[in-house]
Amino acid sequence: MIDAVARLAAAAYCLELGDDALIYGQRLGEWISRAPQIEEDMALANIGLDLVGQARVLLTRSGELDGTGRTEDDLAYFRDERQFHNVHLVEQERSDFGFEMARMLWFSAYQRELYAALVTSKDETLAGVAAKAVKEVAYHRDHASQWVLRLGDGTSESHVRMQDALGRVAPHVAELFEDDAVSVAAAEAGVGILPSSLWDRAFDHVSRVVRQATLTLPAEPTWRSRGGRDGVHSRPMGYLLAEMQHIARSHPGATW
Amino acid sequence: MSTPAVKGSASERSWPLWEVFVRGKRGLSHVHVGSLHAPDAEMALRNGRDVYTRRQEGVSLWVVRSTDITASSPDERDSFFDPAADKVYRHPTFYEVPEDVEYL
Repeated sequence: MIDAVARLAAAAYCLELGDDALIYGQRLGEWISRAPQIEEDMALANIGLDLVGQARVLLTRSGELDGTGRTEDDLAYFRDERQFHNVHLVEQERSDFGFEMARMLWFSAYQRELYAALVTSKDETLAGVAAKAVKEVAYHRDHASQWVLRLGDGTSESHVRMQDALGRVAPHVAELFEDDAVSVAAAEAGVGILPSSLWDRAFDHVSRVVRQATLTLPAEPTWRSRGGRDGVHSRPMGYLLAEMQHIARSHPGATW
Repeated sequence: MSTPAVKGSASERSWPLWEVFVRGKRGLSHVHVGSLHAPDAEMALRNGRDVYTRRQEGVSLWVVRSTDITASSPDERDSFFDPAADKVYRHPTFYEVPEDVEYL
């Protein structure tokens, strides 16, 4: 059991993690019918659905803990842009396949360390979802790693495009590992983990894959994204929400 | 030098076909479940996982390049298989077990 302060910290923390998973799941869904092969359609859809599954548990838990009684659907479909707490990385528009694999490599490397650490969370629901999700995201990380290796060490064009993709993702990476107020409070309450503590292992994995793929990690980017955890988002976020939410808002309470 | 005629879509040309075999549970044999395209064996295994074991269908996967399978031809079906049709003595049930044979 956790006390009232810890409950609120855990509620906000679950929302951050849930929003990351939900928004990236939505982005990955956009690949269905657009991947290079039908086999890859399936792989990206599976990964997106894993993330939506994680988001469902995390958002439900957040609504239970914060005392508002909001359901997963209330939180997913009836919040506005400023009330979402995901990082900018996951909301960026779908680009080419190399960009997706670069984004997935970083995000899954982060999530792999995150869930591995949360297995011992004092919040039992969070510990439970972490134990299940850590296996899922290990596969996501493997999938992205396999593709980065093949594209980096493939043809001269795939090498150039994969290198370019790493550069385009780079400005959004630091935000994932930043100790925002919510994560700090959750870590102090024993329910969460400091994002900065995940950096070494995640970086180690990414840099190993990048090196093996004959690519190089981009130089320190000249700018970096900020603000997602505070609800300040980039331009693509509003469009993503419009697409994700409009059916639920046009037909409130509809079921099938 | 002339370019050879190219058949199929770009992806069919660049990604070979693989046959996928799934073992449902321990103790059973791997069973052929279908085929897929993949750039190499490692990716074929992963694609096989994503396409054919999403509903917990298996505990083990094999993938084999389709071109590595030597198959009997439909044209040879008569000469390959029909001769077995009237050889009843190839079935153990054809033989009567003598009464004084133990442990058979």
